Amino acid sequence: MWNPKAECLPREELEELKLERLKNTVRHVYENVPFYRRKMDEAGVKPEDIRSLEDIRHLPFTTKEDLRENYPFGLFAVPLKDVVRIHASSGTTGKPTVVGYTREDIEVWSEVMARTLGMVSASSEDVVQIAYGYGLFTGGLGVHYGAEKIGCTVIPTSGGNTKRQIMLMRDFGTTILCCTPSYACYLVEVMAELGVSPRELKLRAGLFGAEPWSEGMRREIESNLGIEALDIYGLSEIIGPGVAAECLCKEGLHIWEDHFLPEVINPATGEPLPPGEEGELVFTTLTKRGFPVIRYRTRDISFLLPEPCACGRTHVRMGRVKGRTDDMLIIRGVNVFPSQIEEVLLSLGYTEPHYLLVVDRERRLDVLEVWVEVSESIFRDEVRGLEELEEKIRREIEAVLGIAVKVRLVEPKTIQRSEGKAKRIIDRRDLR
Amino acid sequence: MSVKQISVFLENKSGRLAAVARLLASRGINIRALSIADTSDFGILRLIVDRPEEAYRALKEEGFTVSLTDVLAVAVPDRPGGLAPALEALSEANLNIEYLYAFVARHADQALVLLKVDDRERAVKVLEEAGFKVPSPEEIYSL
Repeated sequence: MWNPKAECLPREELEELKLERLKNTVRHVYENVPFYRRKMDEAGVKPEDIRSLEDIRHLPFTTKEDLRENYPFGLFAVPLKDVVRIHASSGTTGKPTVVGYTREDIEVWSEVMARTLGMVSASSEDVVQIAYGYGLFTGGLGVHYGAEKIGCTVIPTSGGNTKRQIMLMRDFGTTILCCTPSYACYLVEVMAELGVSPRELKLRAGLFGAEPWSEGMRREIESNLGIEALDIYGLSEIIGPGVAAECLCKEGLHIWEDHFLPEVINPATGEPLPPGEEGELVFTTLTKRGFPVIRYRTRDISFLLPEPCACGRTHVRMGRVKGRTDDMLIIRGVNVFPSQIEEVLLSLGYTEPHYLLVVDRERRLDVLEVWVEVSESIFRDEVRGLEELEEKIRREIEAVLGIAVKVRLVEPKTIQRSEGKAKRIIDRRDLR
Repeated sequence: MSVKQISVFLENKSGRLAAVARLLASRGINIRALSIADTSDFGILRLIVDRPEEAYRALKEEGFTVSLTDVLAVAVPDRPGGLAPALEALSEANLNIEYLYAFVARHADQALVLLKVDDRERAVKVLEEAGFKVPSPEEIYSL
């Protein structure tokens, strides 16, 4: 355990700490972020109205749209000179959602990631291979700072180049692997092809997240690699990876409550739900200075498990994320909204585009196929013209999403029409 | 002098071509010539029929992606070496052929070549100057 004192803090003290930090955060955003001040004024709440943790329900929610409307730095609570890092995730309308960290925030992030790595007792003896993407995506650097804080030997391989990943894993004696679960499965396959046996590796544990996965996948990864495979949870709007993590009991993910205050609400009414009931996860950051968020609606569906855990940690657990309240897809760790595809088609002069996203798992890797109906407005009488169109759509989509896709031109009415909301997604991956 | 060709977008899956043929049959439309250009995923069916406008509407109503394309028809002698001079004439005039297909006419000893070229009017002139007959659309539809 990385920080036994904090992780096993008696509930009573934890509640006190949370309340004190909530009050501070609310005052901080009220004083420094015009957006929050306006929303709170409209709702008729003042920072001093927050007297108990329950009072949080008087505060307005924050959504991804709010982040987008305040692009790029509108929700930062400190001047840019105090921000030492910026991350961003791809947006639905070309504008990414931007988050910023002060030096103290990076320290908090490193702390919660160190606790997360502590779930498998990571120490300075460990060699940690980080195959999450580095860059604007929070995955790579988030895990990186946590592992360095512990003093692990960090191998920042980032994503891709699978053969090299395996070579380094073997030659450098990697003990802990961090990547998306689907990539872990893919590594297993490529290892088999290369004739590399897990027995040649020193791998003992893996922290897998950034996309939903199943118990079945866990069993496969664990038995094929002979390791402990744990689920980790996070999102850039809150901090990145390190919001919650499974302990070795593998019965839910501990949310680091001294830094992130969770709620589960009914997504339709916004009403808080009692513990154990399934709904939308909502987080309020308690210690962040640069980019604090109040009641951020994650759109992730889960539930809270308040019962004490056998591992001794007192922090509440959340169940595995079961799905989304919106139509967001997570493909190889990347968030994909059907509306992004629509934007691309519209920008190419395709009026009223009919399209479908077909997600499958081929050879353990998520593949995204975009079916586009060929209407008269885009039809050309020449094969070359259509192939160019296909290629253009593919390039534009890849530029927006940042992941490889296959575009398939299909006949009109191939894609099922439905009353009301169009069905834009077929997900053939078995994630349950 | 342009011949109306029907172009239909078809996915590469069984029964699609048959569906087009069946539909045209049900309207009593006669196919004079056809060709398919295909890739691994899709194909473009090109048809010359006796009543192009009607065929276009019928296919459209049935939900096919369809367009009317202007192509050029030229008659060449039905014997070895019949086609080459026509293509050479176009090539010398720097006219690009996007695609072509041909069929042999039933009664005359001639073959008909259908071409999509970048400059149709000039191609007609070039071919006629080279001594080839460019049949009228009506002649083609009623063959």
